[in-house]
Formats: sequence, C-alpha cells, structure tokens
Amino acid sequence: MTAPAAPEALVFDRAGLDQLVEALIADGYQVIGPTVRDSALVLDELASAAELPAGWGVDTGPGYYRLRRREDAAVFANSAGPQSWKQFLHPPRRQLWSAGEDGAFRPTEPVSHRYAFLGVRGCDLAAIGILGRVLGGGAHPDGSFTRARQGLFVVAVNCTEPGGVCFCASMGTGPAAGPGYDLALTEQINASGHWFVAEAASAEGARLLAHVTCRPASAGEVASARAGVDAAAQRMGREMPAVDLRALIRDSMESPHWEDVADRCLTCANCTMVCPTCFCTTTEDVSDLTGDHAGRWQRWASCFEPDFSYLHGGGVRQSGASRYRQWFSHKLGTWHDQFGSSGCVGCGRCIAWCPVGIDITEEAARLSELAPRAREEGE
Amino acid sequence: MTGTARALAAFPVFAQLPEAELELISSTARTVRFAARQRLFSEGHPAQGCWLIEDGRVALDMTVPGRGQVVLQTLGPGDVLGWSWLVPPYRWHYGATSVLPTTATELDTTQLRALAEQDPRFGYTLVLTLFESVLQRLQATRARLLDLYGSPHDQR
Amino acid sequence: MTSADTVTVPAAEPMLPVPYRVSGRTAETHDSVTLRLEPAGEPLPPSQPGQFIMLAVPAIGEVAISVSGDPASRDGALVHTIRAVGKVSGALHDAPVGTVLGARGPFGTTWDLPSAAGRDIVIVAGGVGLAPLRPVILGVLAERGRYRAVWLMSGARTPAEFLFRSELDAWSGRSDIGVELTVDRPAAGWDGPVGFVTEPLARLSLDPERTTAFLCGPEPMMRFSAHVLLRKGIPAGDIRLSLERNMQCGIGLCGHCQLGPVLVCRDGPVVDYGSARRLFATVEL
Repeated sequence: MTAPAAPEALVFDRAGLDQLVEALIADGYQVIGPTVRDSALVLDELASAAELPAGWGVDTGPGYYRLRRREDAAVFANSAGPQSWKQFLHPPRRQLWSAGEDGAFRPTEPVSHRYAFLGVRGCDLAAIGILGRVLGGGAHPDGSFTRARQGLFVVAVNCTEPGGVCFCASMGTGPAAGPGYDLALTEQINASGHWFVAEAASAEGARLLAHVTCRPASAGEVASARAGVDAAAQRMGREMPAVDLRALIRDSMESPHWEDVADRCLTCANCTMVCPTCFCTTTEDVSDLTGDHAGRWQRWASCFEPDFSYLHGGGVRQSGASRYRQWFSHKLGTWHDQFGSSGCVGCGRCIAWCPVGIDITEEAARLSELAPRAREEGE
Repeated sequence: MTGTARALAAFPVFAQLPEAELELISSTARTVRFAARQRLFSEGHPAQGCWLIEDGRVALDMTVPGRGQVVLQTLGPGDVLGWSWLVPPYRWHYGATSVLPTTATELDTTQLRALAEQDPRFGYTLVLTLFESVLQRLQATRARLLDLYGSPHDQR
Repeated sequence: MTSADTVTVPAAEPMLPVPYRVSGRTAETHDSVTLRLEPAGEPLPPSQPGQFIMLAVPAIGEVAISVSGDPASRDGALVHTIRAVGKVSGALHDAPVGTVLGARGPFGTTWDLPSAAGRDIVIVAGGVGLAPLRPVILGVLAERGRYRAVWLMSGARTPAEFLFRSELDAWSGRSDIGVELTVDRPAAGWDGPVGFVTEPLARLSLDPERTTAFLCGPEPMMRFSAHVLLRKGIPAGDIRLSLERNMQCGIGLCGHCQLGPVLVCRDGPVVDYGSARRLFATVEL
C-alpha cells in the first residue's frame, strides 16, 4: 500500500479512539500510553482506550506536579509525567552478553516488542529522533535500540494546552508534533462535542486509521485544530533564551554561576532520569557463585553520580558545581558538537521533577546575563 | 659582540639578554672542566661561583642520616648550577658532584655581585634572568612532588 | 514509522567481546605486565598505534587498554601493557597464560605516524604512558630513513619502574635516536638523570618548522611538556597527545568518556594540543 499523496485530514469521535486502540492491539501491537497511577501520569501498556487519562489535567511548576480533575473528559489535555518513551526503546536495564565455562561470549537476544506509542507530544517525538542520532547514528549503532525503533508505530498528539513547565516552542519541537509519526491527532472538545482531527503520515498509519470510523475533516475543523495548536505556542509559560547556547556555554565554563547553582542542586540525578534524551549507561558484570557463568549488563547511569567520571582513584568531576555544569553544558551545548543538535526538547520534566525547582531556562538566562560581564572582565 | 658573549647567548637562560648585559657578564666568565666524580662544592660551604653547563652531567646531593648521599637533581647542558651566591647566607644548600666529565662556563660571582651593586639596572636584569631558571626548576620539582606516576593506591 | 528517520540495523552486537587467550606474560615492573593475547576464534581487525582495545575479564569488568605491540607484526596477536591499579586491571595483570579474556575493538584515533614523515620526531613518555608510545618508537625505528632527527624522553618514578627496560637500554645504545631516561626519585645505583621529564625536554634544540611531538602520560605531565614545546615555538597542532577518561562502552554510546565536546573513545584518544589546550584549561571538565 502506498502512502497518501497528501495527508488528508480526517475526523473521528471519542469512540473512534477506542477503535484505534482495539485495531492496534488486534494487529499485534503493544499499545503504550499514559494512564493514571500513583498520583501521576505514567506510561504503561494499555488494554483499551478506557485506561487513558480522560478528564485529568496536570498542574506543573518548578518542583511541583499534581493531577487535577478537569471539568471535561479531554483525554490528552495534560502534560508529561516523570517517565518518557525512552524507557521502552532504551531500557533501564538490559543484559548484553553471557559467558559460560567454554569461554564463549553469547549476545543476549533482546525481547522483541512491537510497540505502538499512543500520545507522543512534539517534544517527546523530537526526543526519540535525538536518541536515534545518539544511539543509532554513530559508527557502532546500538542494535537493541534500532530494532525496537524499527517496528515502532507512533500516534502523536498536537498540544493545545501548554503545561506549566513546557517550553517546546522556544526549542522548535512543538506544540505541533514534527515529522516521525504515523498518525497525528489534535483533540477538540467543547459544548458541541468531543472529536479528534487525524492525519496519517505513513502507509502504516493510513492502514490502521482505516479501522476507525472517520469522515473527512471540514476546512473549518482543520483550521480550528491548527489555530488551537498555534495559540498554545503563544501561551508558553517559559522559554529558552534566544541566544547561541553552544557559544554561550563554551565561553561560560568559568562562570561564577555554577557555584550559585551548586548551592541549590542536590545532585540527586532526578533530571537525568526524567529527561527524554539522557542516554548515559554504565556496564555491570555479574556472575554466579562459582564464577563459571558470567554476564554483562547495561543500566541507566547519570553524570551526577560521583563515580561517573572515575579515573585513577577518584572521579574527575567531584564538586556538585562541575557535575551540574556537565549536565547543563552537555544538554544545551556540547550535544551540538557530539551529535549535531541540541539535546533539549523543552518538555520541562527536569523543572517539575527537580526537588529544589531548578529551572533550566532560568539558568540559561542567568548565564546569558553574566556573559558580557565575564567577557569584559577577561579582556 | 665578543666570542665569549656570543657563547653566553647560546645558553637558553641568557638567550634574551641585550648585548650590553651579555658583555658585562662575559667579563666574569671562563671555561672550566671537571672530571667525572669530581666534587664541585659541599653543603654549608661559602657559595661562590655560578656554572652554565655546556656538556656533561652534575648531580645535586644531600646526605641524609641513614640514607646516605641522596641525589636530588641532575643538571645537564644548558642548565644553570648555583644560585646561593646571590642571597644571604651565601652558603651552598646542597652538594654538587659531576657524574660525567663536564665542561662549563664559570662566572666569577664576586665580580658579578659587585657589578650588580654598581649598576642596579644590570642587577635587576641579571636577577630577573636567573629567576626564570629558578622558576622552571621549581615547577619541575613540584611536578615530581605530585608523584604523577604513582599508583592511585599510593595517593591516599 | 515514517521514513523521515532512516534506521540502520547493525549486523552484530558492538558490545559483544570476542575471546582471546593469554599466550604470554612479561613482567615489566612490580605492578605492570605485558600480555600477549591470541585469538581463540575470529581475530579482531588489526589495530593502529594510538588505538585501544576494550579488554574484558568475565565476571570482573572491562577496561580500555592502548595497544603497545609492534605495528609491523602480522601474527594477529594483541599486545597490551597493563598496570594493576584497580579491580579489572588487577585481574588482567594477574591473568595466567591460558586465561580466556574478551576483546572488542580497535577503537579510537591513531598517532598517525606516517603524517610525520620527513620531520624531526620528539617522543615524550611519562610513567606507563610509554606503553601507548612503544608502537610509535618501533614504527619510527622500522623505517628510520623516513624521519629526520628522533628523540625519546622517558620519565619514570624510580629506576625500577621503567617499562620495557631491555628495549630502552637497546634504544639508548643506538646512534640514530637520542634517548634520555630520567627519574623523579633517585635510587642507589642509578647514575642517570634525576629530574622531571620536562627538564631533558627543555634542553633539546628543536626546529619549530619541522618537529612533530608525541606525548603520553598523566595529564599534568602532558600539559607541562606541551608548555615546554610551545615555548620552543612548536605549533600546538604539531603536538599530539593521548587523552584518557573513564570508558565503559568505547563506542560513543555510554557517555562516560566525555571531555567537553570531545568523546574520547570516538574523537580521541589521540588529539593535537590545539584541541586539548582548551579542554585542559577547565578544571573538573
């Protein structure tokens, strides 16, 4: 089947969403989407669209995340919880190989998944693309990641309500979802009803959408959906300063600002755990008691760990200031040098889940304020 | 420029000195030769003389009870030997012995100090020049103090 | 998935080691040994001077070790000099002949000796930094006529801690390479130079137009040596050194070896001082 010549916008109602999930499951996909659990929105396997967070909204701010009941039954009018899609493509723990008594090294076959991600925001979709460049774009691609991503079906959601910590617009990743999805939905809910404007961008997307009762969207419906997303772009609560961050950071490595952040940062590593693009891992070797059977595992790691940079008896980055600087300067600066883009997608999770409410956009703004002064003093 | 002055300019320590200063210093200079294992001076003795080593090797040593004579540093071609003549108490802090047959330009430091007292500008230039050598020697010594080649186990 | 992102599915798991058996051990010092490893199955691709292999001791761990063997050797063996400083290096150091280890690689950038043909060569080694430079020395001596003047400065903690002692003695005896061995601390019976490795380096008369320097050792030693060379007018781009950082994957996926914008496993370990200078300038980078 060939892809549609131009993405034709279709409309389906709330029941259509149920049909979509049923069709995906019937097709053998494991549908992953947001659901309410433990007072947050978590990503988990869904048995039906009824498990989506209908009628739930989220209040977020620096160091703050609370669910709240909405007055309507909107399904996607909320923002990201502490997890991101990376846990499915780049698992927190996986075995790399095992070795037996015969001395042979055997690769561990990753469990094969056929995931359908339902509800991917523009920020998170961009994050998947960034992980693709990091883990799949080098000379030695991570086979587990690339295989997981190859069979991936993505239902993106265009945001119409920015969250309290979101800044996707200033990072160029949202609120409209960028390329990389199979289906994109824009939810519309008001007194007239509850419907979704849907666009398929791939043959697979069109194929699954065919199982849903749809009708072509009117020009007015398309315009209204687009207007909702555009309006969201104007209502962002914060933004990354529009400066050359790579150059700013490169020239700010000696800034007194890092000590200022260090006074607040607990080096708890929450930001790296919730960030959808943080990818660092550490390898661990295990064996049975006899030592005859050994295995090597890979687990998520954080540059905030004191021994992350261990060399010759101790970490290279021992102070909290140097570790915060590493995370910040990598995410917004040296990621460009290493992987050709920014590492930040503006999802705001690091701001919400920081126990002391450090705001990456504010820190960038402060660095920018301090920079001309630093340059003058240096001359 | 006289031959002696030109020879002095060949030493890295004096390479940037103006001609006038070089001539002044060269007026105190003469070539000396040491056989191998010759004692140049001993700790505590009056400090007289400054040597610019042309070739060979000289060891600086100190006797430590129980450890015997310990070599702290060796100097080779281009190095300056002997600074203690410049400041009180004008006594050698270490001993020096040639390890190999060594040729050096010896400066008459009594004359040099007299010249420096007569002409403070020359004195300043001389001291600044020697200071650079001291600084480089100090930096190298500090690098050794870091014990960079030691194992992490030794650093605790 | 749309075709907006192309996906390459790799043929093999890049984290999977291949088995190599310890076929020979040479004790170098009280805590260093040179291991000779032969493939127990398919050999790895040949390595170039400057590159490293990830050596795994099953159930213990894996570390990055620079190649220290003769680049002209075609027997498929891996040669690595290992100093016991931790859990994994200690296990490698102690591995008896016959032990099966895992190997992955070669990874990283090379010393690129051929690009220094026709020039004066200065090799400055500090401590076990002599090991990654051994292939450079052997490569130069194997084609001695391709290079002009050649000097080797090697610093060690004490006289007993020089690696490759018999080779150093043989090289010292040659007339076509200037060798200066110097120790940080003297010991009874040592008649040689006593002083930091920058001191004999400072005594060299070098032509800034045609000198290429190769430095390897602890970071402060490489920095001090580079300063000496810069003071002699050697351009930073003609000074090559080998960076070192924590390595877990060796293939640019784990993030541990970052040094500012550089991934040491991918953009290094060999870099020129023009790049390294900025990296060394920031404390705790």
